[in-house]
Amino acid sequence: MTSGDLTELTIKEATHLLRLGSISASDLVTAHVERIEQLDARVKAYLRMTQEVWERQAEEADRKLRDGDAPPLAGIPIAIKDVLCVKGVETTAGSQILRGFKPPYTATAVQRLFDAGAVMLGVTNCDEFAMGSSTENSSYFPTRNPHDLLRVPGGSSGGSAAAVAAGEAMISLGTDTGGSIRQPAALCGVVGMKPTYGRVSRYGLIAFASSLDQIGPFARSVDDAALVLSLMSGLDPLDATSSQRPGMEVLNNYGAGVKGMRLGVPREYYDVEGIEPGVKAAIDAALLILRREGAEIVDVSLPHTDYGLAAYYIIAPAECSSNLARFDGVKYGLSEEDSPNVTELYTQTRRKGFGTEVRRRVMLGTYALSSGYYDAYYLKAQKVRTLIKRDFDAAFEKCDAIVSATSPTVAFPIGSKTQDPLSMYLCDVLTLGGNLAGLPGISVPCGTSDGLPVGLQVLGPQWGENVCLRVARAYEEASEIRAEVATPSPLQGRGSG
Amino acid sequence: MRGVDWEVVIGMEVHVQPRTRSKMFCGCAIAELNAPPNTHVCEVCLGLPGVLPVPNQAAVEACLKTALALNCEIPRHTKFDRKNYMYPDLPKGYQISQYDLPMSINGRLELGERRVRIRRVHLEEDTGKLVHAGDKLHRAWESYVDLNRAGVPLMEIVSEPDLRSADEARDYAVELQTLLRTIGASTADMERGQLRAEPNISIRRAGSDELGVKTELKNINSFRALHRAINFEVERQKEVLESGGAVVQETRGWSEAEQRTFSQRSKEFAEDYRYFPEPDIPPLELDRAWIEELRAALPELPSLRRSRLAGQLPVGLANAIGADRELADLYESAVAKGAPALATANWIVNEVAPTGKLTSGANLAELIRLVDGDAITRDQAREAYLESADTGRTPAEIVTEHGYTQVSDESELRVLAEAVIDANPKATADFRAGKKQALQALMADLRKRAPHANPKAANEVLAKLLG
Repeated sequence: MTSGDLTELTIKEATHLLRLGSISASDLVTAHVERIEQLDARVKAYLRMTQEVWERQAEEADRKLRDGDAPPLAGIPIAIKDVLCVKGVETTAGSQILRGFKPPYTATAVQRLFDAGAVMLGVTNCDEFAMGSSTENSSYFPTRNPHDLLRVPGGSSGGSAAAVAAGEAMISLGTDTGGSIRQPAALCGVVGMKPTYGRVSRYGLIAFASSLDQIGPFARSVDDAALVLSLMSGLDPLDATSSQRPGMEVLNNYGAGVKGMRLGVPREYYDVEGIEPGVKAAIDAALLILRREGAEIVDVSLPHTDYGLAAYYIIAPAECSSNLARFDGVKYGLSEEDSPNVTELYTQTRRKGFGTEVRRRVMLGTYALSSGYYDAYYLKAQKVRTLIKRDFDAAFEKCDAIVSATSPTVAFPIGSKTQDPLSMYLCDVLTLGGNLAGLPGISVPCGTSDGLPVGLQVLGPQWGENVCLRVARAYEEASEIRAEVATPSPLQGRGSG
Repeated sequence: MRGVDWEVVIGMEVHVQPRTRSKMFCGCAIAELNAPPNTHVCEVCLGLPGVLPVPNQAAVEACLKTALALNCEIPRHTKFDRKNYMYPDLPKGYQISQYDLPMSINGRLELGERRVRIRRVHLEEDTGKLVHAGDKLHRAWESYVDLNRAGVPLMEIVSEPDLRSADEARDYAVELQTLLRTIGASTADMERGQLRAEPNISIRRAGSDELGVKTELKNINSFRALHRAINFEVERQKEVLESGGAVVQETRGWSEAEQRTFSQRSKEFAEDYRYFPEPDIPPLELDRAWIEELRAALPELPSLRRSRLAGQLPVGLANAIGADRELADLYESAVAKGAPALATANWIVNEVAPTGKLTSGANLAELIRLVDGDAITRDQAREAYLESADTGRTPAEIVTEHGYTQVSDESELRVLAEAVIDANPKATADFRAGKKQALQALMADLRKRAPHANPKAANEVLAKLLG
């Protein structure tokens, strides 16, 4: 078996070979590391590799495989977004302000996957503090889309999406605050899932917007995403917002097919402003397939969609302005400690440590929470949030799940939106409703437009991950569209604008 | 303006550390005052990236008990909020506190005749501590941060401006301390920073309904300092107003060394704390059944107990015993075993309160009987009490074992007194020459020779022989 083969496997296939003994966890890791060495200078999905970690974890996985008591992810290579703390591994949220920070603890979700036998390859690139939709806001370098190196992978979890798309990891973890898993999954042609708020512990996730953030998996099949999600879900005493509901329920009945299900197509999403014809065509084709599989396609409405973006860009920056106050140069990370006084220490450290987009959001959020503006901005945005939740509640009375495009566009050229924050914010217009309402959502590959991947988004009701997975899996099976591993050649590019 | 009658208006903000084993939002133990810096910290109270606060159930319970004891209304829902400001002793850049939905509102504390309205009792976390090389943060050449206290739970008890003098403010703080100790919500030791009183003070012309401009006092470490600081501040404000000036709304610190207040922070440029709901902690639903359980489990409150004790004892004794739940429990238990009220109360105030050592009510009752029946001397009784408190054995056993006894027999005392007179010719001569206090020297010698002698009877015998 060639190493190329090993980096194209799904968890199911790899686990079969590992248990047969035809490959070892170390073989699997080596194959991925070789592929990273060969490709990542082009893709730039990884910020840092974690050799000590993977050597230890692969050895342990192999021992358990030999002993016959291997846990479900034994030997499965995983990449971790730079916002998830791993004990002793530099974790920086893509920011200069956390350069050199090595947390003394591991995020609960990551720890659960380690306990399940996963082997960590490295830390993936992302927009600084997960703020962005293209990974261009990373303070290190932009990540490139493995399907077209001149285009973005989406964001903020662009590194994790690109790693899985390029065969540089079998699975990866990202975080989704307004679409940061689903949108890059769509743009990179892989599966990405954001769980219900509270399904997965946020402990150890460097917060962007606490009431919106959730951790979720990237994979190259719905089955893989489902398995990973089920293993990291469930109550964590360290996160007061984590749910007591059993994690395994995300798998309930998810292989049952869509026959008899009612799938809602919100007209506000279907005809969203700026949707590309090729994306719309791919969604139409997907709806046809789902109907052919026995689903009923119903028209639904989410009337407050237009206000979602505005509400999101008040609430998320408001929370971020508070969450990022701790980066003050006093305790860890960057410190301009030669400053003449404490105010200068704060100012210089934060000016030097934070990038433009982070500073923009800290200022937006500070303003929105200020005395005299709170009612007009933050409180109003919370009211809109409630209305958006009610929109979804009403829609779910008419349907079992909601389907739409994940992103109105395919991957766009690097640099094409960096000067226009608002056009960048519009990338999340179809995904952020799910965050405001705390709902689960998945993006699955649904063909291409002009040769670039398109994603189909399935949103479920609260705690309805199994519903999302059920629709996504039925679609994946019927469409025979798989997340193909992309191998970009050095000069490949599809002509950027 | 001179010669104006001023009315003093005081509201109190009191921060109380509830009795918990761990901090408000993490598992760190509460540090002793002298613990080395940064030894009681973890990733949560250090505010490292990615960590989350989980509320301490014991702190919530202590706060609810306090609220119930203060007759507060407990809403069905409460939540935590973030108070945003940057300071090096605040690791997260915000303090988790409660803003518009506190744990409780609208209570009251009875202070004798006066009823002090309680605006709210809420929960929050303490900050850390800065140590400067140099006098102030902005001018220090080096500053150190100790986060042992960061995240320690605090209840904030806010009164309406219902107090009218330094005396009342001190009585309020003392009463609050007694109440908190009685219900077990806090040890409320001021010296150890477990109870911090911050009075808001203003003055106005007597009879006016409008409030004057207030100042808030900090750095007060004892009830005495509270009393003095308020009196100082009232006089200062009077002088300012009477000389035609205006009181500035500000925070002022109390200097124990200089016995005066000084300006710390003007509120003219009040910080905007940008309060908003803490997204990391879901709103708490306060279960009614649980609240009622807590209410039912509250012990008798000090004001009630005091009025009950006042029916049996002189007011001074009733207040002294009623101020301490353990003393009052001991008193009532001893009296229930048949001990006489007054003797028991006196014994507790004079012998138990200073040592802080407690025995059972039955043991105390037995001891009081031995003392009252002249079977042992007071010194012996004191020894027996302490031993009983330490070992739990009964005073009768202890008295028998040590052979404690008191000699009251006149013929035995007469032999003793004669020996003392023979041995002290000068004191004897002095006494007979009219220096009555010479008797004390003779008594002292007698007691040295015979500690078992009944002092009262021996005194009489001596006086008779000398006279």
